[in-house]
Amino acid sequence: MSNSGYVPNLPNKPLWLLAELTYACPLQCPYCSNPLEFAKYKNELSTDDWKRVLREARKMGAAQLGFSGGEPLVRQDLEELIAEARQLGFYTNLITSGLGMDEKRIKAFKDAGLDHIQVSFQASSEELNNLIAGTDAFQHKLEMARLVKKYGYEMVLCFVLHRQNMEQIGGVLDLAVNLEADYVELATTQYYGWAYHNREQLLPTREQLQRAEPIAHEYQERLKGKMRIFYVVPDYYEVRPKACMNGWGAVFLTIAPDGTALPCHAARQLPGMELPNVRQHSIEWIWNQSPDFNRFRGFEWMKEPCRSCPEKEKDFGGCRCQAYMLTGDAANADPVCDKSPHHHVITDFIDHVARIAAGKESAAKPILFRNPKNSKALIDAEAKKPETPLPA
Amino acid sequence: MAEAKEIKPTGKVYGADSVPQIVPGKRLQWEEAQNCWVILYPEGMIKLNNSSAEIMKRIDGTRSVAAIISDLRQAYPGVELDNDVYAFMEVAHEQQWIRPKPAQ
Repeated sequence: MSNSGYVPNLPNKPLWLLAELTYACPLQCPYCSNPLEFAKYKNELSTDDWKRVLREARKMGAAQLGFSGGEPLVRQDLEELIAEARQLGFYTNLITSGLGMDEKRIKAFKDAGLDHIQVSFQASSEELNNLIAGTDAFQHKLEMARLVKKYGYEMVLCFVLHRQNMEQIGGVLDLAVNLEADYVELATTQYYGWAYHNREQLLPTREQLQRAEPIAHEYQERLKGKMRIFYVVPDYYEVRPKACMNGWGAVFLTIAPDGTALPCHAARQLPGMELPNVRQHSIEWIWNQSPDFNRFRGFEWMKEPCRSCPEKEKDFGGCRCQAYMLTGDAANADPVCDKSPHHHVITDFIDHVARIAAGKESAAKPILFRNPKNSKALIDAEAKKPETPLPA
Repeated sequence: MAEAKEIKPTGKVYGADSVPQIVPGKRLQWEEAQNCWVILYPEGMIKLNNSSAEIMKRIDGTRSVAAIISDLRQAYPGVELDNDVYAFMEVAHEQQWIRPKPAQ
């Protein structure tokens, strides 16, 4: 027994704190993982609320902090929050589109002790980038990427890949080389929130992935020691699920703009969640005691085929949100797994997408840009329904 | 979030006069909750064992490897540690925690 009050069987520590400072964002990316009904959550935490959250999470052992959103730069108190976080000992990551940034702010972030800035691009060409972002952002992003480098940050670029920009993968990597990026994340779209709604238009085809993979590997090989390139295949094309969040309530803590604490940023949609809020509860209670954070901890909640699966300690049955969205029950195996009796939902969808891409079938829904107007329209449509069916 | 154990070096970059420095963007820090020293980097953390931490703490961009060894000898009299320190430098280099400071 140490002298720090160690009690056996307490959950792990929340090493990762994702602070979603706001749902406001100047971009309208249809692959956004924010909730569709984001326009409903208006009551943002105050600066003092956030400072308390940072203090409490740090005391619980959180070491990595991501400032995210929406677009975190919209918050004018970002400099103040960075300074507070850095002083508490967090490693501070800013995850941004670059819009709302200028040289003065980058310098202020540096002075406040910001450790790392990740700038996202939507594509390598100005035209496609701006089309996906729903705004003329490309030139400003280039300028911000150069400033990030100038102020001595590691340059981390993030490109979210999907069917509309997959063909630009070589161009994307050339752009990263041009900007002298240290690290490139070719992030595959995660099909939650808006991305889930738009997945008919976003999921790449098998042929696209087969073309993209050798290109990514060729650049990885050629740029070894100069630029690290992270590339993964969308989980829809896998036969084993991802170890989502490294397990429910294991290392990851998201605080949404309205103060709701979540085991992952998509978990708000699951039925039966109590959604504890940092305005009413301490981080310690939320992490250790709340029903939400204990709901899928460990293995007791599992059904077959997960319960008796030798791989359950490796992937924890995959993603609870994906299990809910695609099978209707969050305690089912993630249907990405080919041991799941629902795996056909994934393969059927891949086939559907192949037919859409080949022009043989049309998408059931048009692509929907992520903006407050569309969000409100979805909220109104939901309110008019007599009951709440599963998301289509 | 991995632990820095059992990694074997493959190259030889550091000599007695090399001056290692921590790579910008990485941070060495004591973590009370982990009860150990860690290296933090974008979106990740490596826990250090005691001997790794003792070496890392002395890497400040001014001291040479020889100076670090001599400092460690004073702190741990009678411990044969030269080979361990050289091996650690190569591992830390390959992991991109440290780099040799360019000669002025």
